[in-house]
Amino acid sequence: MIKPSLEPRPVIRKLSEIPQGGSSKAGFLVDKNSGWRNRTPRVDVDKCVGCLQCYMYCPDGVIRKNVIEIDGKTVTKVDIDYDFCKGCGICEKMCQIGAISMEEKSE
Amino acid sequence: MSDRINARNISDSEFFYGHKACAGCGGSLAVRIALKVLGERTLLVEPAGCMSAVSFNYPQMSFANNAIISAFAGTAAVMTGLKVGAEAMGLKDYHVLGIAGDGGTADIGIQALSGLIDRNDDAIYICYDNEAYMNTGIQKSGLTPFGATTTTTPAGSRVKGNLRPKKNLFEIVAAHGIPYAATASVGYIEDFANKVKRASEVKGTSFIHVLAPCPTGWGVDTSETVDIAREIVDTGLWYLAEYYDGEFHLNMKPKALEGVSHYIKRQKRFKHLSDEDINTIIRERDKTWERIAKFGN
Repeated sequence: MIKPSLEPRPVIRKLSEIPQGGSSKAGFLVDKNSGWRNRTPRVDVDKCVGCLQCYMYCPDGVIRKNVIEIDGKTVTKVDIDYDFCKGCGICEKMCQIGAISMEEKSE
Repeated sequence: MSDRINARNISDSEFFYGHKACAGCGGSLAVRIALKVLGERTLLVEPAGCMSAVSFNYPQMSFANNAIISAFAGTAAVMTGLKVGAEAMGLKDYHVLGIAGDGGTADIGIQALSGLIDRNDDAIYICYDNEAYMNTGIQKSGLTPFGATTTTTPAGSRVKGNLRPKKNLFEIVAAHGIPYAATASVGYIEDFANKVKRASEVKGTSFIHVLAPCPTGWGVDTSETVDIAREIVDTGLWYLAEYYDGEFHLNMKPKALEGVSHYIKRQKRFKHLSDEDINTIIRERDKTWERIAKFGN
């Protein structure tokens, strides 16, 4: 699986450390987006049937497929990357069985 | 033809992640899904616009594949450049993709797009249509619909927002005799994903016009993006169609033709419209459907 990763912001101390030219490394993140959030989605794992509609429709791609074993059976659930979730609430609307609810507070 | 893409078999990788688009952005959903379908070996061109503004914030780079910002008018010209460069380097198994907004496609970039289709370079052009220049603060574009208020077509007591209808970009592109063109909506994301896949399998230029609501510019809640992108298709104000082998094909019949008034009234940009204005919109829609009903299935 490929995904941009969170890395420390580079510190520039000398003039010679300033990058030259217009290119930079792909998939390099230095900032989280969690501070944008006013509402936080919570997944009720017991209710989740793994239809993955929230995963498909998340504009930020922060909902991940989570394949786990419960009582010896392999089941698909979802889990949320709260570092990058902006709390838009699309996942709650997409969930037909009400397994996602929005909590009215940020973290 | 290979299997259809769905939520279970689409790639787990995220090539557009940690970007700074507004919460609930329809455009970023379209970009994310297109890249998941096409994969890592995609050479992406983005002109000035929301999607480049939210992803290239040095030193942060939200794309996990190769991506370049072009001049506003030059998306399609840079795509040709990348294609020629990749051929010269002997690259195999890659896609050239251009993603521009409605202004960058229907107004500013239309001559470069026309040239790309004329040259028939093997590349995919996606126009994500949020119906105005949203990045610079909601100015009217050629794809802004009738009646919408923008900062350059403000609604007042005499003038009711944008007076001109939406440009018929899909049929303008199809008129070039392009190998593959399609319309889509982020409200029907599997349909869009499969159109991207089909575009990648076509030899020559392909074009997808995907409707991508902007909660900020349309004046709806961030959670309503997908819902409203579905409603616009269901009410027949937007349609899902394809063009290939010289013929148009309609993918879906609208389900809720009477829902126009609900669709209009839930958006702040249409708040000033009277029932008479809504009837004008319905009449225009019916005229469009009279024309496109001739499309096959």
